[in-house]
Amino acid sequence: MFADYSWTELGSIFAMQGFAGLILFSVFVLMALGLAIIFGQMGVINMAHGEFMILGAYVTYLCSNIVETYIPSLFGIYFFFAMALAFVAAGALGALVEWSLIRHLYKRPLDTLLATWGLSLILQQAYRSIFGAREVGVSLPNWLLGSVPLTDIIEIPINGIFVMVLTLVIAIGVYFILFRSRMGMQTRAVVQNRVMAGAVGINTEKVDRHTFALGCGIAGIAGSAFTMIGSTGPTAGQLYIVDTFLIVVFGGAASLLGTIASSFAISQAQSTMEFFLSGSMAKVLTLLTVVGILMLRPEGLFSLKIRR
Amino acid sequence: MKRLKDLIDHRLSRRSVLSGTAAAAMLATASTFAPAFADDVNTTGLAVTDDTVKVGILHSVTGTMAISETGSVQAEKLAIEQINAMGGVLGRKIEYIQEDGASDWPTFAEKAKKLLVNDKVAAVFGCWTSASRKAVLPVFEQYNGMLYYPTFYEGLEQSPNVIYTGQEATQQIIAGIDWVAKEKGAKSFYLLGSDYIWPRTSNKIARKHIEKLGLKVVGEEYYPLGHTQFNSVINKIKLKKPDVIYAIVVGGSNVAFYKQLKAAGIDMTKEKPLLLTISVTEDEIRGIGGENIEGAYAAMKYFQSLDNENNAEFVKSFKEMWGDDIVIGDVTQAAYLGPWLWKAAVEKAGSFDIDKVRLASPGIELTTAPEGYVRVHENHHLWSKTRIGLAKPDGQYELVYETTDLMEPDPFPEGYQ
Amino acid sequence: MTHVKSLLSRQELIGLLVVAALIFVVMPLSMDIFRLNLFGKYLTYAFVAIGLVLCWGKGGILSLGQGVFFGLGGYCMAMYLKLEASTPEATAIQSTPGIPDFMDWNQITSLPWFWEPFNSLTFTLLAILVIPTLFAFVIGAAMFKRRVGGVYFAIITQAIAAILTILIIGQQGYTGGVNGITDLRTLKGWDIRTDEAKYVLYYVNGGLLIAVLLLSQFVLKSKLGRLLVAVRDKEDRVRFSGYDVSNIKIFVFCFAAVLSAIGGAMFTLQVGFMSPSFVGIVPSIEMVIFCAVGGRLSIFGAVYGTLLVNWAKTTFSEIFPELWLFGLGGLFIAVVLVFPNGLSGLYRSYLAPLVDRLISRGGSSYPPEPASPPPDLDGEANAKPAE
Repeated sequence: MFADYSWTELGSIFAMQGFAGLILFSVFVLMALGLAIIFGQMGVINMAHGEFMILGAYVTYLCSNIVETYIPSLFGIYFFFAMALAFVAAGALGALVEWSLIRHLYKRPLDTLLATWGLSLILQQAYRSIFGAREVGVSLPNWLLGSVPLTDIIEIPINGIFVMVLTLVIAIGVYFILFRSRMGMQTRAVVQNRVMAGAVGINTEKVDRHTFALGCGIAGIAGSAFTMIGSTGPTAGQLYIVDTFLIVVFGGAASLLGTIASSFAISQAQSTMEFFLSGSMAKVLTLLTVVGILMLRPEGLFSLKIRR
Repeated sequence: MKRLKDLIDHRLSRRSVLSGTAAAAMLATASTFAPAFADDVNTTGLAVTDDTVKVGILHSVTGTMAISETGSVQAEKLAIEQINAMGGVLGRKIEYIQEDGASDWPTFAEKAKKLLVNDKVAAVFGCWTSASRKAVLPVFEQYNGMLYYPTFYEGLEQSPNVIYTGQEATQQIIAGIDWVAKEKGAKSFYLLGSDYIWPRTSNKIARKHIEKLGLKVVGEEYYPLGHTQFNSVINKIKLKKPDVIYAIVVGGSNVAFYKQLKAAGIDMTKEKPLLLTISVTEDEIRGIGGENIEGAYAAMKYFQSLDNENNAEFVKSFKEMWGDDIVIGDVTQAAYLGPWLWKAAVEKAGSFDIDKVRLASPGIELTTAPEGYVRVHENHHLWSKTRIGLAKPDGQYELVYETTDLMEPDPFPEGYQ
Repeated sequence: MTHVKSLLSRQELIGLLVVAALIFVVMPLSMDIFRLNLFGKYLTYAFVAIGLVLCWGKGGILSLGQGVFFGLGGYCMAMYLKLEASTPEATAIQSTPGIPDFMDWNQITSLPWFWEPFNSLTFTLLAILVIPTLFAFVIGAAMFKRRVGGVYFAIITQAIAAILTILIIGQQGYTGGVNGITDLRTLKGWDIRTDEAKYVLYYVNGGLLIAVLLLSQFVLKSKLGRLLVAVRDKEDRVRFSGYDVSNIKIFVFCFAAVLSAIGGAMFTLQVGFMSPSFVGIVPSIEMVIFCAVGGRLSIFGAVYGTLLVNWAKTTFSEIFPELWLFGLGGLFIAVVLVFPNGLSGLYRSYLAPLVDRLISRGGSSYPPEPASPPPDLDGEANAKPAE
C-alpha cells in the first residue's frame, strides 16, 4: 500500500500519525485523570463523569457567548476564564453531589454506579431542557484554530498543541496536589485507611468532598478543552464513558501513573490500527485487546502490591 | 401558546391579501369541498368527526436522536397550524397526537401501533433514522396506516404505506457527483462515512457512479457512530490527495470531523481537496460552527437560503412560530411537506380512507413547497430538484447549482434490485 | 406436596401464585392485545432481571453486559425467522433471491456459513441456550479463575457490550447493522404477527417465566444457592472450606446468561425484530435497574421491578415526553439511597407481616386461595403493571 509514495511523503505521514497519536493520548489522559482520582482513589464508580465533562463544555459555550456579546475585546483570551469557570462549576456540582449522594454510598461501590447513572440521566435531561436538544457550536478565538505548517505535508494543529500543553499542566498539577500538598497527603491517608486517618484527626468527610470535587473539576476542564475538537450536546458525555473507564482500569485503578501509561498504550494502538484498518474495526480490535489483556492481567498495568 | 395563536391570527388576517398566490389557490380548493358527513369520508373507522381529524406525530423528543428530530416536529406542527388556519382538510381541523419515540426503535414500533390501533389516526408524520422506519414499517403495513417520512435516506425500500418526502440516495448522490466531476474537474474521491446503512449504501451508489464516469475512488472509510477522533483518517486523506472528500458523517461525529479537518490545515475554501457532503444541513452547521465548515459543498434538495416566494414565506412563518434564532435544514423542509401532501391527497381522494389516499397520492403536486415544486412519483418518493450549496461562515448555504430538471426517484437503482 | 414445600415457603408459594394469576388471568382480562403484547415485551426483560437477582443479588457479581446475552438469544431467534421470511419467492426482486434483504443490499451473494445452521429450528433453539452459555463460560472462566470481581468485572462486561454493539453495527452485511434484523413474519409457517399468535406467544412467554422462576427457586434452595450467598458475604471462608469459588460464580453467571437469552428470544418473537440497541451499554444498565427496583434479592421482586419501571417509562413518556428522564434518573437514585431493598424490601417490611398473620389466622396448613390474596398485596401487585 505504500508503493506509490516517496520516502519523504511516508516520513511525513508517519510523523503526522505519531502526532495524531500524541493528541489522542492527551485527550485520553484529560478524560481519565478526573476519573482516576474519583474511581481509582475513592472507589466511586462515577458513571456521570461524561456529564461533568459536558458541563464544562456548556460553561465554555456560555462564556464564549457572553464574552462575544459584551466584551468582544477579551474574546482572544476568554478560553482561559472559561476553563477556570468550568473547573469551578463542575467542582461545585461535584461537591454537591458528593454531599447529597455519594457520601451515603462509600460502603457500597456498586451502588454508586447505579446512583450516578441516574444522575447522568438527570443531568442529560437538564442540559436538554436548558440548552435545547441540538448541539451547540462554541466559537473559538482565531488563534486556537488552524495549524502551523512545518513542511508541505506536515501541519501541526494548534488546538492539538493546546490540548497537549493543557494535559501536561493538569497532570503536573494533580501530581502536586496529590503528592506534594497537605490535602493530597490527607487524601492518600483516607484512601489507604479511613479509620486510622480519622483517628489521627483528619476530617475524612471533608477530604472526601474535596477529592470528589477535584476529580469532577478536572472533568470540567477536560470538557471545556474538548469543545475545540468534539461536539457539545446533551448526550455527548455518554460517548466517553466506556473508553474512560477502560483506560483507568487498564492502567491499574489505584495508580495515576498507570492511567497515563494506559492512555499512552491505548492511544498509540488505536491510532496505528486506524491507519491500517477501517475505523470501526480499529476500535473493536483496540477494545478487544484491552479486554483480553485485562482478563489475563486483571490488576491492570500498574498495581499496588496488595491482594484483596 | 400565545405565539401559536398570534400566528393563526396572523395567517387569517393575511388571507385577503394572499389572493392570486398559490396558497390562496389551495385555500380555494379546500373550500370547494363542502364538509361531508364523517361516515362518507371515512369508511374505515379512523378518528374523524364532523369537524376534526386526528393525525400522529412520531419523533424522538428524548435520547440521542432528539437533536436531529426537533426540527421535523416543529415543521410538522407549523404545517398543521397553517392548514388549520386555512380551514383544515375536507373542512376538518387537524388535531395531532404527539408521541415520543425516545430514540429507541421498539418504542417507535410500540407508539406507531398505539397511534394506529388505539388512536386510529388518519396519518402519521414521523420517524427520522432508517432504523426507526424499519421498525415501524411492519406495523404500518399490518394495520394499514400512512406514514410520511421526511429524511433523505438510502432507498432500497418502497412501501405502499409510506410516502417518502425526503430524497432517496440516488437523487442526492448522482447530481452531486456529476457536478463536481464536470464543474470542478474532480478525478479522485475519498469516501468517508459513519458506520451504518445510510452512509454505506450511499457510498456504494457513489462508488458505482464514480467508476461509471471513469473516475477513481482512492479510499473508503467508516467510523462508529459518535466517534470523535478523526486525525488518522485526515492523515490518510493527506496521503492519498483526493480531489474530493465525499463525507457522510452524521451526528456528533460531524462536529469533531470538521473541527479536526480545519485544525489539520485542510482549508476547504481552497477546494484542494474539495469537500462534498450529503449529511450536513444547516441544522448540523449550528453545532459544527460556520467557520469550521466554510467552503464545503452540500448536495441536497433544500437550503434555507433558497430564493423564491414560497421559501420566503415558509422561513418567515417558521421563525414567527419557533423563534428568530432557528435554522431550517433539508429534512425540516421535507417534514413540512408531509401534512401538505397528505392534505392534497385526501382532498383529491375526497376521503380519509387510507387506501383511497394511497391511490390518490401518485401525481400529487405541490407548487407551494418551499423547495419550489414537488410531485409524488408512482413509487411514493418525490420528484425533486437536487441542489448544490456552498457553506458560508454564517452557517447558511449559498446556492451554486441546481438541476434543471426534477430528479426522478429511483429507490432500487440498477445492481441493487 | 412435600416436594413443593421444600422448594417454596408458604410466602413464596403465594408470591408465585400471585405472579401467575397476574400474568395468566388479570392482565389478559384487563388489557387489549396491544397493551398485552407490550406487557409481554416487559416480561421478557424480567428473565434478565431474574438472572441478575441470582448473579448480582445473591452472588455479588454485577454484570453490566446482560444485554449481550439478551442480544445473542434474540439474534439467534431473529436469524431463524429471517431465513424463513427470506424464501426465494418472497425475495424475488433481489439480485440474489433467497438470502435476507440486508445481505443483498450489501452485495453479499450467498448465505454466510454461520447463517446456514439457522435454517433448522432445532439448532436455533439449542443455539439460544448454548451460545450464550459458552460465551458466558469463557468470560466467567477467564475472570473468576483469576479472582477478578466486583467493579472490574462490571466494567469489563460493559466493555464487552460496547464491543459487540460496534461489531454488529459494523458488519451490517452479516448482521443487519444498526437497523437490526427486521420484518420477521412466520415461525414454521405460523404467522407471528396476528393477534391470535400474539396471545399464544404471550402465554408461552408467561409459562416460561413461571418455569424460570421455579428453576431459579430450585437453584437458590439447593446447596449451590446457599454457597452462592456465602461466596457473596465471605468469599475467603468458602474458599478455605474447600470449595472452588470460581466454579460457583461461573455457574451462576452462565445461568443468568441463559435466562437472558431466553428473554431475548421471546422478545424477538413478540416484538418482531431484533436490533443492536438491545445489546449495548444503556439497555444493559437499564436491566440492572429493573432488578434493583425489584429489590435485587427477590426473584419475584425482579418481575415486579421490571414491570414497574417499564410501565413508568411508557406512561411518563406518553404524558411528559420531555421530562421522563428526570423521573427515571430520580428512580435510580431513590432506589439506591432510600429503598436499597426495592419493592421486595417494602413488601417485607410492610406487607409480609400482614400476610403471615392472615396465613396463621387461617390455621390450616394450606395457603389461602390464590385468587384472593390479602387486599393490600393485591393492590400492590396490580397497581404497578396496570394502566
